[in-house]
Amino acid sequence: MNETDADTRTVVVERDLPHPPDRVWRALTRPELIADWLGKTDFAPVAGHRFALGFDWGAVDCEVVAVETGRRLTYTWRSGDLDSTVTWTLTPIAPQTDTPAGAAPGATRLRMEQAGFPPGQPRYYGGARAGWPRFFAALEGVLARTA
Amino acid sequence: MTPEPHHLLFAALADPTRRAIFERLCRDGDLTVGSLTAGAGVSQPAVSKHLAVLKRAGLVGDRPDGRRTHYSARVEALAPLADWTERMSGFWRDRFDALEDVLRRMDQ
Repeated sequence: MNETDADTRTVVVERDLPHPPDRVWRALTRPELIADWLGKTDFAPVAGHRFALGFDWGAVDCEVVAVETGRRLTYTWRSGDLDSTVTWTLTPIAPQTDTPAGAAPGATRLRMEQAGFPPGQPRYYGGARAGWPRFFAALEGVLARTA
Repeated sequence: MTPEPHHLLFAALADPTRRAIFERLCRDGDLTVGSLTAGAGVSQPAVSKHLAVLKRAGLVGDRPDGRRTHYSARVEALAPLADWTERMSGFWRDRFDALEDVLRRMDQ
């Protein structure tokens, strides 16, 4: 159930998980759990908190942008070649029929959206953030018409 | 030292006036400097300079027609922008798999 956005500015992965949102939220926000699936980190679910994510290929610098407990989490994701924002959205859904015995009830649709800017982006240009989405929105329309 | 092509591309698109010129060429097709200047909010020499930057980045092509030159957008030059999304898509799918393992273990 993976879905990857075909456009050039976002990566979207969405999956239905046979686990309740509060458990998924814990896995997304507790450093000792994050370390088990994403990377070693000093994350804290507090807006403005700066943290790092360590991978075998290097580290990513992050800063928490917004926290809506149990529902949504946004942080920046900066590595050498990428300056982007990662947003996690948790939506409760009807439990799947094949919930394993003993599992907590509930299911979650988890969506990860990474929106970003490729290498070489001019950080000195303050308008870039506002300008790019508009640019791509216009461009996508053009590309769709010329395809 | 030759700047890497990606840098030229992103630098070319960073400027709002240049972006507007490029968008206009995407939208309206072949245009001359004169018609691009109308509505650009900057002088014709400035538009010419922006066109030169876009051309160097591969985003714009030109076609001489008598004393005039027609400019057109080359959207295929935007392809490098897609690279990072492909890289990251694979990364996140793997991370989702690992997350599911963690969630299953949390059950016990």
